[in-house]
Amino acid sequence: MGVIFKDLLDSGKFVVTAEVAPPKGTDLEQMLHHIDLLKDRVDALNVTDHQSSVMRFPSLGGCFAVKERGGEPILQMTCRDRNQIALQSDLLLAYTRGVRNVLCLTGDAMTVGDHKQAQGIFELDSVQLLRTIDLLEEGKDMGGNELSGKVSFCKGAIVTPEADPWEPQSCKFEKKVDAGAEFFQTQAIYDLDNFVKFMDYASQFPVKILAGIVLLTSARMAKYMTDNVPGIFVPPNLIDELSSTPKGGSLEKGIEIAGRMIAALKKDSICDGVHIMAINREEVVPDILAAAGL
Amino acid sequence: MKTITRQKPYEEIMQQLEFCNRVFIVGCGTCATTLQTGGLEQVLELKEKLQDSGLLITGWAVIPTACDEMTAVVAAENETAIQGANAILVMACALGVQRINMYLDQPVLPGLDTLFMGLEEHSGYYMEACAQCGQCVLGYTAGICPVTACHKGLLNGPCGGTNRGKCEVDQDRDCAFTLIYNRLKEQNRLELMKYYHPPRNAQVLPRPRVKILDPKEMEQWV
Ligand code: SF4
Ligand code: SF4
Repeated sequence: MGVIFKDLLDSGKFVVTAEVAPPKGTDLEQMLHHIDLLKDRVDALNVTDHQSSVMRFPSLGGCFAVKERGGEPILQMTCRDRNQIALQSDLLLAYTRGVRNVLCLTGDAMTVGDHKQAQGIFELDSVQLLRTIDLLEEGKDMGGNELSGKVSFCKGAIVTPEADPWEPQSCKFEKKVDAGAEFFQTQAIYDLDNFVKFMDYASQFPVKILAGIVLLTSARMAKYMTDNVPGIFVPPNLIDELSSTPKGGSLEKGIEIAGRMIAALKKDSICDGVHIMAINREEVVPDILAAAGL
Repeated sequence: MKTITRQKPYEEIMQQLEFCNRVFIVGCGTCATTLQTGGLEQVLELKEKLQDSGLLITGWAVIPTACDEMTAVVAAENETAIQGANAILVMACALGVQRINMYLDQPVLPGLDTLFMGLEEHSGYYMEACAQCGQCVLGYTAGICPVTACHKGLLNGPCGGTNRGKCEVDQDRDCAFTLIYNRLKEQNRLELMKYYHPPRNAQVLPRPRVKILDPKEMEQWV
């Protein structure tokens, strides 16, 4: 890779990011395998931060590994587990170790994870975290003190184009833009018409939008997500397509659908790139890219 | 406003009472009565249960409002029974427990867990309306408190977990920001949805917290 993610975003190239998840424990083998598999195939790799409030190896450690292996990491940072001091100091550490991209997230509720009695911190929210990075870039901390040596990050955030209701979500999106977010990775999208409408709105802001592509592995998963996962809508025709696939073929079909969507987004320059989330199926990301003609 | 309490599991009550054999039970005639956690009925119920477990109950009383200073009077009235006990079990909120702890020498033990300060929204429905954060933002949020109505206490808008206007942690409860948005819309104040809230000050009044009334302020009330 070798190219800085921010420069790529600014270059107008159709950007592709994917993500890897740190392990529960110290056996890093699978994560490193996924990093090696993907680091030269995508423009940057998100490392998830205790996703779904499940305690794991830290996102920061995963980012160092991406960096050491020659990839471009995007540090996912939630506000759930750290107070102001811990968040800021992790940002200082990230910067000194060559991490240049941060995705600012609120974080899932503690109660959905595997440490249900732990305190959810949420001292900052995603908007405040974006502004905190701004402050550190100016060479100040939240206490108003001078830093000896500042940071510089490409700041990202997330948005849910299918959020219901949409209006409160759009207010938050605009606050993130005002707080300095440079790129957005979206929650999974499946309905291109809806997404085009979202882009009509989002393109008025000076930010890059990477459409979230979550691999569908079965009709059941698609239905489950539509019914249960906030802000995800899989249109009936895609569910039909998956359910009419012969047994054993639905993963292939899911790869085909993901590839097809990416190709369409790229062909019509609907957005600035894609963020591929092949949760637990990271090995097939190269197949998705191939199906997309990338 | 009511202090919302819930009875401790019986095993935990027994564990606290392990060191003693004679108990005086206190209930509260205000919140714990309304909540049916420490009123007359619950005090008598627990008395039976403890007796069945082999404990001697030297007496019991339901104090009108366990957290106020009149509690001293009730303590004095029941002096003999209280003196005969080697533990006081209080079925009131933690304020009641601590009030009684000020007057008596024996160990004072909680029979209830104190959960939150509840505002009765409609009959029998109490919601936590305020977490006493010390910097009220209700003026920007259409009178709906995001600190308590949002599971994460966010200030700047909904998290990605909002689902059809409900909160990600409980499909039966509204997302605070759906409520705030709708009410601001009714009030024609939607621009407040874009207002940037800086991080809250977690040390508005560092603990331990006390408030000392000026003697002049006190005079106004007597
Ligand atoms: S913002 Fe909420 S918690 Fe803070 S004082 Fe106001 S009502 Fe209470
Ligand atoms: S869904 Fe709404 S109320 Fe629940 S945690 Fe998220 S922002 Fe807060």
